[in-house]
Amino acid sequence: MSGSLRGLMMFALVAGLIGLTGVMQGWNSALVILNMGLVSAIMALGVNLQWGFAGLFNVGVMGFVALGGLAAVLISMPPTTEAWAAGGGRMALAMIAGAATILAAIFVWRRMAPGRRRALAMLAVITVGFIFYRFLFGPARDAIEAVNPAGTGYLGGMSLPILLAWPVGGVLAAGAAWLIGKTALGLRSDYLAIATLGIAEIVIALMRNEDWLSRGVKNVVGLPRPMPFETDLQSDPAFVAQAESLGLTAVEWSTLYVKLGYTALFTVVLVALLVLAQLALASPWGRMMRAIRDNETAAEAMGKNVKARHLQIFILGSAICGLAGAMMTTLDGQLTPGSYQPLRFTFLIWVMVIVGGSGNNFGAVLGGFLIWFLWVQVEPMGLWVLTTLTAPLPDSSAFKEHLLASAPQMRLLTMGVVLLVVLRFYPRGLLPER
Amino acid sequence: MDALNALVAFANFVLVPALAYGSQLALGALGVTLIYGILRFSNFAHGDTMAFGAMVTILLTWAFQAMGLSIAPLPTALLALPFGILATAALVYVTDRTVYRFYRRAKAAPVMLVIVSMGVMFVMNGLVRFIIGPESQSFADGARFLITAREFREMTGLAEGLAIRTSQAITLVTAVIVVAGLFWFLNRTRTGKSMRAYSDNEDLALLSGINPERVVAVTWVLVAALATIAGTLYGLDKGFRPFTYFQLLLPIFASAIVGGLGNPLGAIAGGYVIAFSEVTITYAWKKVLTYLVPETLEPSGLVQLLSTEYKYAVSFAILVIVLLFRPTGLFRGKAV
Repeated sequence: MSGSLRGLMMFALVAGLIGLTGVMQGWNSALVILNMGLVSAIMALGVNLQWGFAGLFNVGVMGFVALGGLAAVLISMPPTTEAWAAGGGRMALAMIAGAATILAAIFVWRRMAPGRRRALAMLAVITVGFIFYRFLFGPARDAIEAVNPAGTGYLGGMSLPILLAWPVGGVLAAGAAWLIGKTALGLRSDYLAIATLGIAEIVIALMRNEDWLSRGVKNVVGLPRPMPFETDLQSDPAFVAQAESLGLTAVEWSTLYVKLGYTALFTVVLVALLVLAQLALASPWGRMMRAIRDNETAAEAMGKNVKARHLQIFILGSAICGLAGAMMTTLDGQLTPGSYQPLRFTFLIWVMVIVGGSGNNFGAVLGGFLIWFLWVQVEPMGLWVLTTLTAPLPDSSAFKEHLLASAPQMRLLTMGVVLLVVLRFYPRGLLPER
Repeated sequence: MDALNALVAFANFVLVPALAYGSQLALGALGVTLIYGILRFSNFAHGDTMAFGAMVTILLTWAFQAMGLSIAPLPTALLALPFGILATAALVYVTDRTVYRFYRRAKAAPVMLVIVSMGVMFVMNGLVRFIIGPESQSFADGARFLITAREFREMTGLAEGLAIRTSQAITLVTAVIVVAGLFWFLNRTRTGKSMRAYSDNEDLALLSGINPERVVAVTWVLVAALATIAGTLYGLDKGFRPFTYFQLLLPIFASAIVGGLGNPLGAIAGGYVIAFSEVTITYAWKKVLTYLVPETLEPSGLVQLLSTEYKYAVSFAILVIVLLFRPTGLFRGKAV
């Protein structure tokens, strides 16, 4: 039972750290950290499923997270009716043409006898299909993007409740994962890593440049929220009275109230996923997964379908990342494709999983909270350290100025050092797999 | 005449840039492939090693410029390059001693080393951003062009101009010298031969008395040199910005894998394959085509298959295609 005691202590430590932030920097900041910590923990759960359970090396987390964000826009934003009228139908046709081309190419590949004729036939199908697709796509895109480019310039969404976007984000990411898994999962681990890295870059490139779909770098702002707006709360007399009874001003209590609402929503999702993941880990399915991870050949000899299981868990893990991505975009209230960076959304999640303890769901969750806390707090801590160290230097010193300006860059350095130290001295993470 | 104009336009917009970019990729991929061949893991920190080497070179270039040292018309960076290599070699050697050696001794799984290299990547990335900042820096000086488009037009009387920037010429010349030197080292010297033996069969190499620590150390020094040269050339050609070096990881790995991981010749071929596909697929062919086809057939659009933002998609697509049809790469690599 020492394992669970250790886990309890670790979680208490993280709770204490966040509580300390609340006391020192205000409860608003503490809740901001807590909410993103919850989202990070869910992402870490997804990666842990892939890496900890099955040993799949996925460094394309960012792509799945971004797809979840895209789902939030596509579900919740109001549709741009003029844009749909201008080019929606043609765009749909173009997409169908594109998909049909790929299907036709696969059909040719499967049905024809191997040889030069097959290669030529496939090339011909792809060339003709691509030209046809571009012929449909170009005008449709231009028509859509011409509709009020400063305000909309995209097709918009479906005006559905944004909470629905969470599962849809998972489904979208799962679909992408299925495509990738089908092509890349047979490859050795290093190749899978590079393949997923590439897919993530492509997803981000698509979201940045396909303005008709996601407004690109013009960003989609003002997403509908599952929580009420602070200003609406402040004008509600019952709410003001509630705030006064708590000894807070209406403004303070409204910001805390909204953030607490998100905390509650995210906690429900995290706990549900954690329970499911724990049940999965303890089930025969979970044992099979670990057996495959530890010795693929032996598992295959026992009649386990390694490839199908890998595909399955790759899709599941990616879907969780997509879900978390949709939740994050909901929390931000905006989709900013320019802000997706692999260091932040792929490799930081990996640090969380490795530091927390791969193969242990609680470890991944702990890592999510702890590393996120560090990621946020290293910046002010670094600034404080540098200010103290450079205090003897005169204020006009260029060196001092440079050091202080570089304080935000301390984060990456710290994360790397934390990862290396944990790998060296606690290679199985803070909460090791049992 | 039109055909000649088309050829010049092609050379100006496709051939020359792709050759320069391909050389930079090839040098980067050589580093990745050497690490893979000798230490047997994919080094995720390679892009940031390049950034570090380029950064040291840039800082020294600035220092030399301030001291008034110059080798005009060549860029001062070439003067600083050897010192950049030394500093980078020292850094990666220390990294190997403090970080990688532990896992090598423990005979850790290759994927473990990949994760460790992720940590090193974070540290190096942070170091570079901490020292020089995340913004873009310019450090190119000396003559900008070997030949400008206008000079070329006046010289030949053609409508199209061919501009060759000094950085592109230097890239190509340096790449040829470095690759020749590397192959001479690997094939002719005793140390190089022991490296190849170690890469082919570790146990046999150890039995014949090859000192593994020495092989590893030499490898890291070579990798540092290659990374610094590649990073500096890329920076001279396209400008230095820490983040772009991280993004180079994808095309560099694609080059190394397409050529066959662990095979130096493959890395070079892969570099050019990736560079040429990227440039030809993202180039708007309208200009070249207008010279070649009769006026009635002149294309109305840009005849650009993909916009330049999707260049990473191209290297990725090439990578996937090669892996599906020839999993060990164009030249037989070590990986299965």
